[in-house]
Amino acid sequence: MQTLNISDVDFAEPGNMSCPGCGASIAMNLALKALGQDTILVIPACCWAIIAGPYPMSSLKVPILHTAFPSAAVTASGVRAGLDMKGDTKTTVVAWAGDGGSFDIGIQSLSGAAERNDDIIFVCYDNEAYMNTGVQRSSSTPYGSRTTTTPGQGWKKTRKKNMIEIMAAHGVSYAATANIAYPEDLIRKFKKARELKGGTRFIHVYATCTTGWGAPSEYAVKIARLATRCNLFPLYEVEDGITYTLNEKGDTPVDAYLNLQGRFKHLSLEDKAGIQNQVDKDFAVLKNKLSVC
Amino acid sequence: MKHVIEGSHAISEAVKLARVDVVSGYPITPQTHIIEAISEYCANGEMKAKFIPVESEHSAMAAVVGAASTGVRTFTATSSHGLALMHEMLHWAAGARLPIVLGEVNRALGPGWNIWMDQSDSLAQRDTGWIQLYCENGQEAMDTTLFAFRLAELVNLPVMVVIDAFFVSHTFEPVAIPEQEHVDDFLPPYEPRIALDPDNPFALFQMAPPNVYMEMRQSIHRAMEHTLDIYHEVENEFDAVFHRRYGMIEEINCENADIILVTTGSATSTARQVQMDMEKQGERFGILKIKTFRPFPGKAICNALQKAKKVAVLDRNFSFGSGGIFAQEVKGALQVLSQGPVVFNYIAGLGGRDITPDIISEVYLKTRDRDLPPCGSEWLGTSPRDEN
Repeated sequence: MQTLNISDVDFAEPGNMSCPGCGASIAMNLALKALGQDTILVIPACCWAIIAGPYPMSSLKVPILHTAFPSAAVTASGVRAGLDMKGDTKTTVVAWAGDGGSFDIGIQSLSGAAERNDDIIFVCYDNEAYMNTGVQRSSSTPYGSRTTTTPGQGWKKTRKKNMIEIMAAHGVSYAATANIAYPEDLIRKFKKARELKGGTRFIHVYATCTTGWGAPSEYAVKIARLATRCNLFPLYEVEDGITYTLNEKGDTPVDAYLNLQGRFKHLSLEDKAGIQNQVDKDFAVLKNKLSVC
Repeated sequence: MKHVIEGSHAISEAVKLARVDVVSGYPITPQTHIIEAISEYCANGEMKAKFIPVESEHSAMAAVVGAASTGVRTFTATSSHGLALMHEMLHWAAGARLPIVLGEVNRALGPGWNIWMDQSDSLAQRDTGWIQLYCENGQEAMDTTLFAFRLAELVNLPVMVVIDAFFVSHTFEPVAIPEQEHVDDFLPPYEPRIALDPDNPFALFQMAPPNVYMEMRQSIHRAMEHTLDIYHEVENEFDAVFHRRYGMIEEINCENADIILVTTGSATSTARQVQMDMEKQGERFGILKIKTFRPFPGKAICNALQKAKKVAVLDRNFSFGSGGIFAQEVKGALQVLSQGPVVFNYIAGLGGRDITPDIISEVYLKTRDRDLPPCGSEWLGTSPRDEN
């Protein structure tokens, strides 16, 4: 058995309100190991607004400012501005939002903060739907997925928004994808983001939701790992919107990933072949970006 | 020393003098001059503050919510659609008990697009938990802004300083700009009740289940009541330094008046002139100016109006399907009287239409000449009804 080189210092309490097998909970635990004590979290409406605990409790050992759904990024910008006026330069301000609070209702505020290059880290923990409200589709929900608002034959026929490319296009100093199934890589990226002070940094974390995806809770990490191995969720970093670094290269067919999840079980062989084709094309586009750098 | 400045800039100057730390801003007519001036002060170093040029008014309020949570003094400004877009975050600021000050320039909402004076934007925010203070002119805008920071920080509630579009915001008037040292005497550095701090981690503004939520709401109500209790005292402090005061309400020749006209904002100045002119013709009425809309000083208003026979409320706003909003509130305040005055309600000046001296005279004469008001509100100065 391989031992991971991960600190055993935790900033998350052992008990919280997440579902069994919650990828978002794993993501927070790992991220805080990298970010450390001098961190202020800003959390909008999302699963983590619940997981962090109701008044007067908290499941985390760092300060949390809860804010409204559309406002994670700019609330963090405000916290940063306040700390700057107080002369606090050591604290890292982190907005921690789900895919809805990043891709959909939060994208205006996020784009604004990134364009102003406000000194914050924005983390999107992506579970590919509105899970806290009971699995409704978001613009992060992938093609082929069933949710409670894309049910039956109405399964989602449009693609997932390419969020990291949107953020890279803002020219931010650091944009990266990370995955709960690659903890050392994830921690390295959070540490790197923390060190790159002075502007907006964006980390897109793949965070399984076995409850919403129709999979056994013990498959949370396995499914996440397959997402990267199948090149559905490639792990890479973009610096200044220009320099691309690929961290993992997948070689597994998408069937291995799709077949583990109830949300895709209605798909025909033809549908799956279509998804494979799209994944191959997307990965080729990404590899092209590597070669020009 | 008095300077001739526009109403918007009276607010900007006050924000500078208040040593605000973080200001966010998003342009909207007729508010824009306020944040333009502040961004200039920040750029040229006159003001030591962070100016965040946000991408929407929703974000403008969210930014100052974030900043105020670190325990610094904050300000933003808006109007109309901007205030409507902010609505969610207005609730957030008040529920979070953050002493944010907002400069709000009253403007109509579309459609049709209308950039002119109308109180419907701020009055629609009645139930957000914000203190609302309405100003008559540039001097009052300056003074109220300084006063607002002190009040907000004493009661831990956000305060909206409201001025009329153009009639106040873009009108140049002589305004006494206080010395910095006097402002510092009145407004000490902000000492926050709570502030985000990694050395003392806690969660702010999190989920509040039924077992705690109601007490949190009640605490906002108590803070509003406390505001009514200490308002006079804070005005004493203001008066001691600046020798000016406005009151939650102002009674203008109301003693022994059978008819009292209730006004707000710049229309009060017009009413003052009409009152003087008509007195020469032997006609007499009192004026009650309401400055504080939230908390609503019902008891003071009731005391001021109880001896009158008739009250005429002039509303520059309207609640569709009901009536003028100040009239509703005034009627509510008078309910405690067994034999109170009858209340007439007139609607005028919506969407930037002038409230002329003739309209004020009409309000007085219509009230004088009838024993009882008609059912509902009366709209003044509108075109004859188009039956199609």
